[in-house]
Amino acid sequence: MTELSRIWRETEYRYNLIGFKCNNCGRSYFPPRDICPYCHRESIGKMEKVKFSGNGEILSYTTVHDAPPAFKRQVPYTLALVKLDEGPVITAQIVDCDPDEVNTGKKVHMVFRKIREDGTNGVIEYGYKFRLN
Amino acid sequence: MSGIVSYGSYIPYYRIKPEEIARIWGDEPERMKKNLFILSKSVPSPDEDVASISVEAARNALKRKDINPEEIGAIYVGSESHPYAVKPTATIVAAAIGMPLEYFAADYEFACKAGTAGMQNVKAMVDSNYIKYGFAIGSDTSQGAPGDALEYTASAGGTAMLIGKDNVIAEINDTLSVSTDTPDFWRREGEPYPKHGERFTGEPGYFKHVIAASKAIMERNDMKNSDYDYAVFHQPNGKFPTRAAKILGFTEEQYKTGLLTPYIGNTYSGSMMTGLSAVLDESKPGDRILAVSFGSGAGSDAFDITVTDKMKDYKRDNAPTVKKLIEKVKFIDYGMYTKFRKIIITGDSVE
Repeated sequence: MTELSRIWRETEYRYNLIGFKCNNCGRSYFPPRDICPYCHRESIGKMEKVKFSGNGEILSYTTVHDAPPAFKRQVPYTLALVKLDEGPVITAQIVDCDPDEVNTGKKVHMVFRKIREDGTNGVIEYGYKFRLN
Repeated sequence: MSGIVSYGSYIPYYRIKPEEIARIWGDEPERMKKNLFILSKSVPSPDEDVASISVEAARNALKRKDINPEEIGAIYVGSESHPYAVKPTATIVAAAIGMPLEYFAADYEFACKAGTAGMQNVKAMVDSNYIKYGFAIGSDTSQGAPGDALEYTASAGGTAMLIGKDNVIAEINDTLSVSTDTPDFWRREGEPYPKHGERFTGEPGYFKHVIAASKAIMERNDMKNSDYDYAVFHQPNGKFPTRAAKILGFTEEQYKTGLLTPYIGNTYSGSMMTGLSAVLDESKPGDRILAVSFGSGAGSDAFDITVTDKMKDYKRDNAPTVKKLIEKVKFIDYGMYTKFRKIIITGDSVE
């Protein structure tokens, strides 16, 4: 229950890969940032909310064999650093493939999945994962 | 005239074969395959449910037609496996496709025809100018008790239909419903698995309603079976829709495109709508389609549809066709199936 506020606050970003773009230097960020870490005060008022395409490329990855209880049914699964076409690098699960199908440089696209459940009577958290193209 | 502006489907990646289920329960695989006309069924992965399937289907529909989500004024999700007993799936889907604050929304349940009931509702709202566009989604991760015949077919998948008056690729010329109070199949509140009233499943349930709705809509529109290019029916197994098609005088050529159950199983609320999606994947302007759903309890929704010239410019390839969705799959064994479907009892180390 303690996480309910966080889940609700992040829904828009996690459902639709919405981040921010600094219109001073052109860099994009996910998760959203109020200030560009490069432009600092010059970015104030110039951070624009943007929806990323959901397309990207695997920069690096690892296979998880020892997972937290919420992810145990999916073991072994792949966690990857995905570089979005718009620039930001995010950590996400790669679904619907065997771990040996995953490699650096492979193109991926975002899918909408259940992230975890708060027991059998709590809230269900949804968000982005990725699938090989 | 109002009709389908865009459509999209989603079917999970995993499959299980009837041979594997028969191996566990000591059934004769060939008999089950033949009796049910089933070759494999889709299985949702542990991180998939009706909300995620509905979102993927709706997003596929929006990939094919660039509609501003702000113009979508209603969303209805039909399912008998909504993730929450109380908290709508429709609002999760609406948030995931960026719909605005003001829209009509609800979750529907009428066994396997809740999605098509949504199509009728959205069409009525479009026709009465309450909304410009609306989504009707039929989606399920259906339940079949271990060891029950339903376990061979109960699968997962869904289809989203965007309905409006502008840019219509398939006009809905007419729609009607037939309904009775029939105890052919039910699931009580809080029960994990449905029950079926054996002798009511076939003739008094499926065939009575599907045949009556089909005949009624053909008669009302002065149509006969040979006037249709395609016919698609609710498909609890491969055998029922084939038999219904034959009773109504349709040829294999007319019903084979929309017959998906042999490959993906019964996607319940997604069943007829995904069959219709497969038909729209291959149809051309001028094609006439009869589409009839069935929901236990019981009732049928019938649709008379004509594909328009707008189909020529419609970007079908922007999202995976049903054929594509059933191409790349992974078969799993019964042990993996029980883990995915949460059938095995676990301790604290899992969830």
